[in-house]
Amino acid sequence: MKLELDARHLLCPLPVIRTQDAVKHLQAGDKLLVHCTDPGAIHDIPTWCRINGHIVRDIHLDGRDITITVEVTDGVV
Amino acid sequence: MSGKRKAVALISGGLDSMLAAKVMLEQGIQVEGINFFTGFCVEGHTHAIRKQDSAKPKRNNALWVAEQLGIKLHIIDVIEEYKDVVLNPKHGYGANLNPCLDCKIFMVHKAQEWIKENGFDFIITGEVVGQRPMSQRKDTMPVVARESGAEDRLVRPLCGKKLPATLPEREGWIERDWLYDFSGRSRKPQMALAEKYGFTDYAQPAGGCCFLTDVQYSVKLADLWKSRGERRYELDDIMLLKVGRHLRPRPHFKLIIGREEGENNFLEGYRKQFVHLRALNLDGPLALLDGVANDADIELAARLVCRFGKGRDAEEVEVVVTDKQGATRVLNVAPLTADAIPQEWYV
Repeated sequence: MKLELDARHLLCPLPVIRTQDAVKHLQAGDKLLVHCTDPGAIHDIPTWCRINGHIVRDIHLDGRDITITVEVTDGVV
Repeated sequence: MSGKRKAVALISGGLDSMLAAKVMLEQGIQVEGINFFTGFCVEGHTHAIRKQDSAKPKRNNALWVAEQLGIKLHIIDVIEEYKDVVLNPKHGYGANLNPCLDCKIFMVHKAQEWIKENGFDFIITGEVVGQRPMSQRKDTMPVVARESGAEDRLVRPLCGKKLPATLPEREGWIERDWLYDFSGRSRKPQMALAEKYGFTDYAQPAGGCCFLTDVQYSVKLADLWKSRGERRYELDDIMLLKVGRHLRPRPHFKLIIGREEGENNFLEGYRKQFVHLRALNLDGPLALLDGVANDADIELAARLVCRFGKGRDAEEVEVVVTDKQGATRVLNVAPLTADAIPQEWYV
């Protein structure tokens, strides 16, 4: 399953919170594409993923638009 | 002890909560972090917005601390619930609109609810007796424990030796002898403990993690309430108070004027919610108009916006005014001179 999350124009930690809340409803192997504009998300979402055991598969920059692809795991760190 | 005891640590991203969690980890406690997002957290927002600050680190310090400690972090959105703390603080405000004691009670209460839901045993905070004038005094720290409902499941490892024994100490889950007796506003004991643990990179503990402690921010928030005739706010309101110049030329409207490219970009995200103005064919700020404005007000707003752009010295500047539906019109206006802008317009 692939889900898209619109977190544009939100400042951190809101993109992280929205990511965290979306991941709760996903299964291991699912992918979440987080669209955001706060450059802080480039650091914060990968950090959140590392401490919670999820995997960042891609970070795509297009001007001010950032898309971070998160692969959900079973959360065991 | 039956099994590994579990505690949740309130992680602000500052040094004290980082140390408090570490002290408990050293005692073999399983620690996870919790961080509450109220909307007023400083957390590098201005760095994230302002292009001139782009070289500064944009990391979220709470997440960074959690990673350094090797613990999970739960970031909880409490924006809606927190409004009551800001609007109706039982214990009042500090020097500005900071309801520090009510805030601490609220957060410990939320942590207490969280440990009940998640099967944890106690709560850790980085509080130090005498460090803060409202929430961290010898007489108010028991108030936090009592009114939050945490009671003796609230452990303050950095000053625990100065406080009555908590349940985890009495039950032998943690050793009281391994707690600390820090007190007062000196940062030296914390810095020495940080050095002991090998923490060399941590957020500077300036006490400024909340915009409500900032005098200018509080003035803007009070102005917002006064202009609306009621004390209420939404998340967008309090985010916008962090950005740009705020000028109120008339009681019924104000302008939020970007100060640089990063702020203009941020304000662009709000274009559909506000009438907005920008000079045509000239470098200059984007301005949002908050409130109700008639044609004369909009002309005044346009003249004011020009003052902060490249056309400030021109005889006439074309300004594009866009309404909330996206309809545009162009006004030809003379920029206001600096001395035509009364200081009291600046919020």
